[in-house]
Formats: sequence, structure tokens, C-alpha cells
Amino acid sequence: MSDDSRPKLTPSMKETKGIWKVIGASSLGTLIEWYDFYIFGSLATVLATQFFPKTNPTAALLSTLATFAAGFIVRPFGALVFGRLGDMIGRKYTFLLTLILMGGSTFAIGLVPSYDSIGFAAPILVLLLRLLQGLALGGEYGGAATYVAEHAPVKRRGFFTSWIQTTATLGLFVSLGVILLTRHGLDKDQAKSIAKFNDWGWRIPFLVSIVLVVVSVYIRLKMKESPLFEKLKTAGTRSVNPLKESFGNKANLKMVLLALFGATMGQGVVWYTGQFYAQSFIENVCKVDFDQSRTILIWAILFGTPFFVLFGWLSDRIGRKWIMLSGMFLAIVSYQYLFGQLLQVTDAKTKLEWVDMKQIKTVHTLIPHSADTLRTVENKHFYTDGMRIVESKKDTLYAAAGRTTLKPETKMYKLMGDADYLKMVFIVFLMILYVTMVYGPIAAFLVEMFPTKIRYTSMSLPYHIGNGVFGGLTPFIATLLTTIYTNDKLVGLMYPIIIAAVCLVIGAMYISNRITDNAD
Amino acid sequence: MNQLKRLFGVIWILLGPVAIYYLVKTAAGEIAKKPMTDTWIQWGVFVVVALPIAAGMVIFGYYALHGAYDQGVEDSGELIH
Repeated sequence: MSDDSRPKLTPSMKETKGIWKVIGASSLGTLIEWYDFYIFGSLATVLATQFFPKTNPTAALLSTLATFAAGFIVRPFGALVFGRLGDMIGRKYTFLLTLILMGGSTFAIGLVPSYDSIGFAAPILVLLLRLLQGLALGGEYGGAATYVAEHAPVKRRGFFTSWIQTTATLGLFVSLGVILLTRHGLDKDQAKSIAKFNDWGWRIPFLVSIVLVVVSVYIRLKMKESPLFEKLKTAGTRSVNPLKESFGNKANLKMVLLALFGATMGQGVVWYTGQFYAQSFIENVCKVDFDQSRTILIWAILFGTPFFVLFGWLSDRIGRKWIMLSGMFLAIVSYQYLFGQLLQVTDAKTKLEWVDMKQIKTVHTLIPHSADTLRTVENKHFYTDGMRIVESKKDTLYAAAGRTTLKPETKMYKLMGDADYLKMVFIVFLMILYVTMVYGPIAAFLVEMFPTKIRYTSMSLPYHIGNGVFGGLTPFIATLLTTIYTNDKLVGLMYPIIIAAVCLVIGAMYISNRITDNAD
Repeated sequence: MNQLKRLFGVIWILLGPVAIYYLVKTAAGEIAKKPMTDTWIQWGVFVVVALPIAAGMVIFGYYALHGAYDQGVEDSGELIH
């Protein structure tokens, strides 16, 4: 083909040439990092039995450290460490490093022998690897968002960075999917499959990560440095001390504080409430079956994810501010109602039971090396709308006269009928929609707040405090409130509602809706 | 609007210490209820993380009170470029 016959690039095509490669390379890596971070949380119960036995106080202590330190301390610390590095040596190599660190740690967790095999070395190793994961996550997001934004044309920055915004939710989606598939795919007999998963199959989601990381590292290695950072490098105007310039300079510090209190703080609680607290509420408060509580979230995420891109695109047209604040406002005014609906849908008192279909099954199993017997009584209740409630009670029948089980182990879960299941998917979808409103435009918003030379550092810290600390606290504070005010099952929502309300007021008063060109 | 922005600065300044007061009070109550190392670590982490955030809120309020946010921050021309 001669040069003349080649299709000519329009100015807009020239601006966005190669952008999809940039988005693909950045998004894939970020998605993997979120996947890696979530599988640890999703498998917390299994990991606890493998590495942190409750019978041993020191191991349980290490478990607490792994939970709290990784999310609340190490993530913001990672934002500072890698943010500084990214502003000094460049975006490309920094977020390549975070990816390797995250992938390597995740893979290594899958290889650590259990507490039964190597004793205390096991929980210590897992704790260290979890801290490395938190550190890597703290550095990844800011790099990916900055990298994409610095390649994108000013007027389409919201749209292009919104693809990065889908990765956190998709990472959760993939982690839930891989866990469910592995849990049910290890044996034709479901009970045996779950037992195998709890024994060794949980390692598979961790080990799988390395394949994804290798592919992603290969792709990222082929990418070029961000053009805006290259410009700084050529001009010799890179920051020599990004931490001092970001937080020691009043003009930048006030932007960091505004980003935190007027945007990321509210975004964090809406994000965690819609994606994590909703699932935990459905499973633990509404008592819906393990698998169903997860597939409800999976469907809601699947339908909700395109809206990240829609709101990112819209933010290029009408500004970022009011989309994000509208998401917070909707969350504030509707959370009580939506969670109340989840309670109502799953409430057996509002349903009609097929009394004659009730099943009671009792199984006696001899306990090895003793004369005692384990008795399992299972009650199944069927309802006209398709809901089933399964209650099981386990106790020991002692051979010795006069001895009884003081606290029988009781379990109860509900399997929802189709109509109620769909209703719950819709309710969670609405919450995910709020997540897409607050989260879709926020990368572009943060990138535009800070100048190129200190952008990685300046945007990473408020993001990880908002998302990791304010958001990450949601399940703990919500649970704490429900243990204090036991009569109100919705009292846990006061935390996200109050935080989002404060953020909404600050955002509405102090944030500008103008799309700026600081990124250039 | 600028007057309102400045007035609200007082609220943000007060919000930091008030939040810390409630957090420390709750932490003390929870630790007293369950005086285990686990509880100490959990609440210790919360308080340690919350202190700089509360300080940030006070600084934010101070800036707001003194008119640092009166004009659009992006328009201020103070940023390091």
C-alpha cells in the first residue's frame, strides 16, 4: 500500500491513537491486583483454619494484624512509597513493580504450608505476604490512573480513565467467580468438593494469579512511559522530593485535604457499603445461603459495571463533581430503605409456609475412638414463593449418663425463590449504580487536581485513605453498631450515611465542577 | 458563598477533636469489655490511623476559615507546576 492510499488520521484519532493498548495494559494489571487483594478477604474463613487457628492466641493475634494492618496502615503507606517513586522514576516502572510485588505475594500465599505442617512460621509468613499485598495495592491504582490519564486527551479523560475504574469491581467479580467455580468443581459430589476446597483447593485461586501476572507484566513491559512524565524528564523538571512538595506546600496540601474530605471519603463508604457490606448483610443478617449471597452480588456487578464507563463519559460533558455527589446523595437517602427491603424480602414471617411439606431428618454418626454419638437434626421449611429454610442442629449424645451438650451447634440459611432472588439482585444493582456514580469519574477528578510532577504521590494518598481507611472501616463499624444497638438491624448504616453526608456537604461547598487542564 | 465557606471552617475544625473523643471513648469501652490483646490491636490501629486524619480535618477547617478555598482552587495559580 502506498503512503497516499493509507486512511488519514483525523485529529481526534491522532489524539487517541494507541490509547486502547494503554488502557488494556493498565486495566488488566490493576484488575489482577484487586483480584489478588480480594481473594485473601473472601477466603478469610478458610485461611483462618489453615494458618490462624483460634485455639492458639498468638496465631489469632497475627490474623488480627493481617486484617487490620494490611488495609488501614500499609495501603496508605504503599501510596506514599510508590507514589514518591512514580513521581521520581516514572509511572511505568513503578506500577510494573507493584504488579510483580502483588502477584509474587499472592502466588507465595498459595504455597505456604499450613500451621499444622510448619507451626508458627506459617501465620508469620502469611502475615508478611499480606502486608506486601497491601503495600503493592497502595502503589498500583494511582500509577494506573495517572498513566491512562496522561495518555488521554483532556476532553475525554473521564471516559478513558473510567475503564481503570471498572477494574476494582471486576476484580471482585473475578475473585468471587473463581472461588465459586473452584469450590464446586473439585468433585462431582458437592459436599466432597467443598471439603476438598477447604482442605487444599483454596490454594488454586492464589496460584492462578501468577499466570495472569506474567501475561500482564509482559504487556506492560512493552508499553512506553507516560508522555507527560517524559516531557518533565526531558525538561529536567521532575520533582526531587514529591512528599515534601505534595504535603509540605500549602497550595497542594489543601488540594489533598479537599480530595480526601470532599470526594474520596464519601466514595470509599459508598463503595464498601454497596459491594461488601451488602453481601455481608445478605449472608449474615438476612441469613441467605453462602452461594446465593455471592451470586446476587455477581449479577448486580455484571449489570452495574458498564455504568462506570457511562458516568466517566458523562463527566467529560457535565463535569465530575455533581455526578459523584449525586451518587453520595442517593446513597444517603435510600440506604435505609434498600437494606430494609432486603430484610423484608428474606423475612419468613411475611411468607406462607407449606406446612405439610416440612421435612425433619435426623442422622446419628459414631464419634471415632469413643462411645459417644454425633446427632444432626435437619429441618427444612418450604414456602409458597419458593423460599426454603434449612435449619440444622448438631449435638453430642454422650454414652455416660447425665452428660449433655450444653451449647448445640446450630446453623440456619435461606434459599430464596426466583422472584425474591431477582428482587435482591435489583436492590444490590441499585447500590452498585451509586458506586459507579461516585467511582466512575473520580480518577479523572483526582488526576486533574494535581500537577504532573507530584501527581502520583498527591492523588494516591487521599484515594487510599478514603477508600482503604474510611471504606475499609465500614464492615467493622457497622458490625460494632449492631452489637451495641441490638434491636435495630439497620443501625450499621449510620456510619456510611454520616460519612457520606459530611463528604457531600464539603464537596458541594468547596469543590469546583470545572474540568481543568492541570494534567497537562 | 465565601462567607458560608469560612463559617463552616469552624465546624470542620471542631469535627476533628470531636471524632477523636468519640473514637477514644468507644475504644476504651470496647477494651474494657474485652480486655484482650486482639481488642487492643484492633482499636489501637483505629486510633493511630484516625489521629492524623482528624488533624487533617482541623487543618482543612483552618484553611477554609482563612479563605483558602474562597476561589476555585484550580484557579488560584498557587499550584506547583
